[in-house]
Amino acid sequence: MRENLAKAFELANTQLFRRAQVPKSYTDLLGRKLFLFLLTLQGLVAFALITLGVILRKSRTARNVVRPRIRQEIARAGVALLPMFLFVALALGFLVIGQTVSTLAKFGATDYLGTTMVIVVVRELGPLLAAFLVLARVGTAHVIELGTARAMGEVEALEALGIDPVHYLIVPRVIGMAVGVFSLTVYLIIGALASGYLFAFLQDVPLTPGDYFKQITEALGWLDFILLALKTIAFGFFIAIVTCYHGLARPLRLEDVSRVAVRAVSQGVIVCVLIDALFILLYLVT
Amino acid sequence: MSEPDNIAVIELRGVSAGAMRDIGFIVLEDMNWSLAAGEFWTVAGQQHSGKSDFLMLAAGLMAPVQGGCKLFGTETRRFDETKLAERLRVGFVFAGGQLFNQLTIRENVALPLEYHRDLPPDEAAQAVQTLLELLELTPLADITPANVSANWLQRAALARALILKPEVLLLDNPLAGLGTRHLHWWLRFLDRLWSGHDWCGGRPMTLVATTDDLRPWRNAKRKFALLRDKKFFPLGSWNDVESANDPVVKELLAVPLETTI
Repeated sequence: MRENLAKAFELANTQLFRRAQVPKSYTDLLGRKLFLFLLTLQGLVAFALITLGVILRKSRTARNVVRPRIRQEIARAGVALLPMFLFVALALGFLVIGQTVSTLAKFGATDYLGTTMVIVVVRELGPLLAAFLVLARVGTAHVIELGTARAMGEVEALEALGIDPVHYLIVPRVIGMAVGVFSLTVYLIIGALASGYLFAFLQDVPLTPGDYFKQITEALGWLDFILLALKTIAFGFFIAIVTCYHGLARPLRLEDVSRVAVRAVSQGVIVCVLIDALFILLYLVT
Repeated sequence: MSEPDNIAVIELRGVSAGAMRDIGFIVLEDMNWSLAAGEFWTVAGQQHSGKSDFLMLAAGLMAPVQGGCKLFGTETRRFDETKLAERLRVGFVFAGGQLFNQLTIRENVALPLEYHRDLPPDEAAQAVQTLLELLELTPLADITPANVSANWLQRAALARALILKPEVLLLDNPLAGLGTRHLHWWLRFLDRLWSGHDWCGGRPMTLVATTDDLRPWRNAKRKFALLRDKKFFPLGSWNDVESANDPVVKELLAVPLETTI
């Protein structure tokens, strides 16, 4: 019995080591990680370009099949999440105002309440939070659905029917998620700004709705609207690309699906943070 | 759509191919095969002998590692959209169906028609309904594949492959695991397709089916082949199959073998 266990352990270890050999040094480990990162990046960029190409080339192909699927995906990544987003908007407004009101009141700087809301909610927290929530709620579903479809041979079935899997499976998800993240961010921001004022009102902050609205409009510039739209569409597009890439791009077995889902969500978070950092640079430059 | 008579429907020349799931694992070596219009081939082989990979290769769904594959006289590559017209002339029935789990049986069957043919919705729905009735699938039309038994899943996969009225039908182990009633239905229906079914306008269909049990396929007019040790061996007619001395053929015919066990 013990011999069998030892043999099994040895075999398992051999298998494990065959898949990923122990690094010889820290530089070896760093090199491998960097190499894997570059490979993934290359795959993601190629997948994004292929998807963009299909969106542009096949905008008129099989519209009666693809358009209902796009509507379905917008409903899933947008409309269906609206109740949750309203709750989060309420909480976000309370959170930001709750934390800032007491501090600003100490210095008699409640005139900056609207400005604070714009900087924190409109430029940073709103879009990022919306992206993370959509990634968690819909992105994971994408990886699992597509990973299962891949493992069950549905991609080969589509190809056998002459249907481009990217056009049928990916394009609706990418468009749906880009529209979903953009729309939900707008609702989240409006909800958070409104609930922020409600909280300030309950805290007896001497601020009329007109003044609050004026502070917000003065703090907002035309660039905010453009960058907000670009940022949220980029979030939606890349979350969909990362999740669909991991679900679909490589042949999978059913047992791989959960592992791939975890990896896709982690990379989705990293991609969102990187896009956000890029837009912070844009804000600083402009 | 009309080619010279001497052009093969499918032609494999000096082909070596890897497995679908692991392209580095070679399952077929130096294979030569030509399928003429109107033929019905049954390609037999034991499990994991590369039958599915052979069909995928023949359908142009998998690229060969070496050699050339032609579909209706033109070279094929995996999902080459310029060859879409040729691809749609070939129907493919996967082992186990491989239906789309998110769609109902009706939606599965309708998908290729709606995607490729710009038909009015009523006309498309009518065509789907006619085919579902023909294959006795109407009672199952509005449920998803997860709730349908394997016998009917296979038939739904056949309906999906037939909706575009292909000229060639490739079937991956279509009789595996079927009940007796379904098995007889399939053999009758495939023979009707071969001789020219009304659904395809009476045009005789070219068929290739793989199997791991040769017994149900007895028919003097069909052509038989064997996949063994990564090689493709044409066997000839049913009489040649029965008289073959190959132990694998005997096993696939369920002839008792002399064993030392």
